[in-house]
Parts: sequence; structure tokens; C-alpha cells
Amino acid sequence: MYRACEGVGKLQATVTQVQPGERAAARLGTGQGAVAIALKGVSKVFGSGADAFKAVDDVSVDIRQNEFFTLLGPSGCGKTTLLRLIAGFEHPTSGEIRLKGKDISPLPPFDRPVNTVFQSYALFPHMTVAQNIAFGLEMLRRPKSEVQETVDRMLKLVRMEQLANRRTSQISGGQQQRVALARALAPQPEVLLLDEPLSALDYKLRKEMQIELKRLQSETGITFIFVTHDQEEALTMSDRIAVMSEGNILQIGSPREIYDHPAQRFVADFIGESNFLKAEVVRPLDPGAEIRLPSGATLTAGVPEGMRPAGSVTVVVRPEHARVVADPAAGALRGRLTNIVYFGTDTHYHVELPQDGEFIVRMQNQRGSEASFETGDEVGIEIGDGAPQVLKD
Amino acid sequence: MAEARRIRPFAVRHLPGFPTMALICFVCLYAPIITLVMFSFNESMSMSQWGGFSWRWYVAAWENERVQQASLLSLIVATCASLIATTVATAAALGTTRTRRYRGLTGIYVLINQPLMVPEIVTGVALLIVFAMVKVWTGYTGIGYLILAHTAFCIPFAYLPIRARLESMDATLEAAAADLYATPWMAFRRVTLPLLWPGILAGGMLAFVISLDDVVITEFVKSGGQDTLPTYMLSQIRRIVTPEMNAISTVFLAISIALVTIFFLLSRGKKQ
Repeated sequence: MYRACEGVGKLQATVTQVQPGERAAARLGTGQGAVAIALKGVSKVFGSGADAFKAVDDVSVDIRQNEFFTLLGPSGCGKTTLLRLIAGFEHPTSGEIRLKGKDISPLPPFDRPVNTVFQSYALFPHMTVAQNIAFGLEMLRRPKSEVQETVDRMLKLVRMEQLANRRTSQISGGQQQRVALARALAPQPEVLLLDEPLSALDYKLRKEMQIELKRLQSETGITFIFVTHDQEEALTMSDRIAVMSEGNILQIGSPREIYDHPAQRFVADFIGESNFLKAEVVRPLDPGAEIRLPSGATLTAGVPEGMRPAGSVTVVVRPEHARVVADPAAGALRGRLTNIVYFGTDTHYHVELPQDGEFIVRMQNQRGSEASFETGDEVGIEIGDGAPQVLKD
Repeated sequence: MAEARRIRPFAVRHLPGFPTMALICFVCLYAPIITLVMFSFNESMSMSQWGGFSWRWYVAAWENERVQQASLLSLIVATCASLIATTVATAAALGTTRTRRYRGLTGIYVLINQPLMVPEIVTGVALLIVFAMVKVWTGYTGIGYLILAHTAFCIPFAYLPIRARLESMDATLEAAAADLYATPWMAFRRVTLPLLWPGILAGGMLAFVISLDDVVITEFVKSGGQDTLPTYMLSQIRRIVTPEMNAISTVFLAISIALVTIFFLLSRGKKQ
């Protein structure tokens, strides 16, 4: 793996275990990977005067080549506006959008080597599947033979060869989704933008398309920028996730970093389930810090990058990083069991704490280990060292 | 059952006397037309006594030179006016739907649709005065005035179906075309226009029919010796009424019904 990083080009077999994000970096022999899209201080204000609304607020981010980059956030957080800015449907009020170093923010959409998969697919209803896929190439005035060849390749890539001559109204939602993907991939854009493309599909199809999307990304080597409000989708598919709220990017990191080490309360709350506790910082460690919970227990906790925690802080503990134990004195916290919810694979225990309100613990159900807790029991909660994460706010 | 009848929602269909009213309306609307069509096939000259079936009046109308001239003028004016009006209306519809909302947009709607509201007689008089001045300046007395006048009042009729079609069309499709490297013109030609076509056709046809049967404005605008079919018929009927008029009217009716049927089918097709 390291040898591959040193020598550009001789890394074929070894990279298979490397994370996809690192793969691009390895290929280019740099630590960071070449930047495909760079946003520098991008803002977008709609309206003016008293009605002015800042949809995107001074966003700066580098998106690397061949990366599966996800913009995650609730509706209205500015993620779709950011996508539309990159596509060229909107122009930034201030800031720059650089594609491979070149400022593209003044260019119209048809002059940008960027294609979009729309939420509604937006397939041309008066054309066949094949004509839809050919559209971009024809607009680029590629020779007929090349268009035909690419269309065939794309049909094969999304497994739609049989339906090439169907009207788009005669195919199912999942198939329309594939056509929309093939149409956007056919001109081989530098960057593919995907605006909640899976939200119209049912659960099973969505799962299939998630895998399909990952496959397409690795086969084509194109940078994907994916917009979603679905945290599970973001966690399973992305190389990196940017969590957005109110026009700002709050945190950027790998799914693991975002989930295990959320820097802010919003991020912790939006992704996965969280328990928030008040704590005192005892002393900083390297890395992390030692903290004391109100119950008196001291634990080591993770600390967001660049933060020097001191005094009283809020920490987050994921429900699966804690355990309920029968002896109230044995855990870091103690409380009364108010509710037990059975989920099949695991069970959720709701524990009422004297100071911090409700604490949820998730424990996996294993054969023969049916725990014998009952609501109303006084229990202890065990929290492992390193499980708490200090938040910036 | 009695229970069900009591809770039935209000419907005009169940008011007493509704069927009678409906019948009276239909009779008033269609009885004269049916009579007119019937007597166009009358062998005799009479407008009230049936003298047996005959195509005689159709032949007479067909061979009447003045009818031929008037028909030709009607067709030329209607064709030119509906073509120009449809083009202008398409541009207007694009300009009022494919932009961000701007101040005065409602004012523009009203302006475009104004000919629907202004009494025809007013338009007629106004055009008469303006064209009289132009005629004095230029000396031109051709059919240009008729075409211009017809174009003017046909625009809103062409505009409405085109705009309706545009509004029901997903604007994301045009965004998708732009995203796939189509310049605005190419996006229009390859995506907007093909999808808009039924609306344009419907608008054009409506404009054609409206132009074809206009009397009031034509009467004011036409130069001496010019006659469209409706104004020719009007002048004839003032002198003598023959079943020849019935025959011409029947042909007219047939053309209108055909065009309106196609218009209806086209505008229904857009909802699918």
C-alpha cells in the first residue's frame, strides 16, 4: 500500500484494500489527491432588501477527483442550491467555483463539463431511451459513430440494452433512474452532480441503486457530488460527507469521522442517535481529553480537531457505545429504566438520569443472553473509555 | 336508499325542471343550424318549403365566381393572419412563462389578451381611422390591412393554448438540455419546440377559425371591392336570400367543426 503511494502508476493490485478516497490520492502520488472542484467563499443570496435570503453562506470546500462526495443536510439547508451553483443554474452572489483550477462561476450550464442527475430525472418525453442518452453527445457535435458507440456502452453500463428504443414513459421508475444516470454519464463529465436521485424510489430499489451508483462511480472514475437528506444513504455510499445547515458546511469528513467524531451538536443530532451529557474537562490528553461526568465518573473523550477544550462542555455518546448493567454502582451513570423497545436485531433501553434527562442505550440481541431488565429497575450505564465525544457547542 | 338520497350532495342536475331547461337550450342552439343545413339541400328556391333533395345550391355556389374570389381572400387572410399570430403568440408565451416573475407581468397578460375584451366595433372603427390615414400616406390599398387587422385580434386566441401548454411543461427539461451542453437555441429546437408543438398547432387552428368567420372588423377594414366570404354573404343576404347561402354556410360549418374537433383532441392530448 505504501509502496503504491510512492510510485505513480504501479499500484494496480495493491490498491484494492485502500479506501476509495485514498485511491485517487494514491494514483496521483499526493497526500490529498488532485482537486476536481474547489469552492472558495461561495455565497448565494436570493431576493433583496428585507426579503433577502442567504441560501449558501460563505462556503469553501475542495472536492477531490474520483471522490464520492456527499452534501448532507435537512431540506432548506442550501445543499441543492450549492449543487445548482456548481451546475450553473444559479450564479454565486460572491465567491469562486473552480473546476480543475479554472473559475467557472460566470459560465452558463452548457459550457461546463458537469452533468446533473435530476431529482425528477427530467428525461425528454418525446425521445427514446437511446435518444435521451445520445443528447449530450449530439450537442457536443461528436461524430455519429462515436455517439452510437458511447450510447451502446452506456446502455450496457446501466443494463438497459433491451429497452433502448422504448419511450421514457414506457419504463419503470428504477429504469428511468438508470437512463437519467446513463444520459448524464455519456458525455464523460469531469463531475457528476446527483440531486437526491434515489428519493423517488421504493426502499428495495433504493438499496439496489445505492450499490449500482457506487459501482458506476468506480467504473467510470468520475467525481460524484451527491445531495441527500438521508443520513444512511450518505454513510453507506460516501468517501466524504459535508454536513450542511442553514447555508453553512458544519463538518467535512469520512462517514466514520462524521459518525464517531461529530464536532457539533447539530451534526451529532442529525446523523444517528445521540445522548448529550454535560461534563467538566479535567485535563487535555494527546489525543482527546479526560472528562468528569456529573455522576463523578472520569472518562477519556474524543475532541474535535483544532479545539482546546476547557471548563464545562457537552459530550455526545452514541447509544451503541454504552451498556446497561444490573448493578447501579458499576456504571459511569445510574438511572431508572423507563422503557424497553425491542427491534429484532437489538433492543433500546431508555434510562431516566437524575441530571441529564433520558439516555438511550442500544444493545444487540444475542441468543441465550436475553437480559432480564424490567422497566422501573435502577440500573447502571457503562460507557467505554474514548466513547464520549466533546462537542464544540 | 331513502337515507342515501337525503345525503346526496347538491347537484344542479337534480333541480326540478333541469332537463326541460337543458332541452330548450339545445333546441335554441341547434334547431336553426339544423334548419339551415337542411334547406341547403332543398331543390326549390324556397326557404320554407321542402322541394326535394338536391346538390344544386352547392354547385351554384361552387361555380359562382364571386364566391370563389371571396373564399380565396378568406383563406389567404386567415392563413397569413393565423401564421403570424401564432408565431407572435409563441414568442409572447415563452416571454411570459420562461422567465423569472417580474414586475408588470400581469399587466402584460392583460395587454396581450386585450383584444378579447375590447368590443370588436371599437377595434374596427379604430383600425378604419388609422388605416385611412396610412392609405392616404402610402396609397397602398391591398390585402395587407386585412391581414394586419386579423393578426391583431387572433393573437390572444393563439396565445392562450400555447401558454397553457408551456405552463404544464416541466421547466426542468430545459434545464436538463442546458446541462447537456445545449445552447439556448438548441434547447428550444430540440426540447421545447417538439413538446410545445401540439399547443402551437391548437393555437394556430383556433386563430384560423376566428379569422375565417370575422365580419365586424373585416367590414371596417376592407378596401372597396375586397370581400371575404362572410362579408360577401352579408352583402348578398341584404339583397336576396337563396339556399346558396345555406350551402356556403354549411361548408363553413363543416370546416369549423373539423378544426375545432382537432383543436379539442390536441389540447386533450397534452394532459396525458
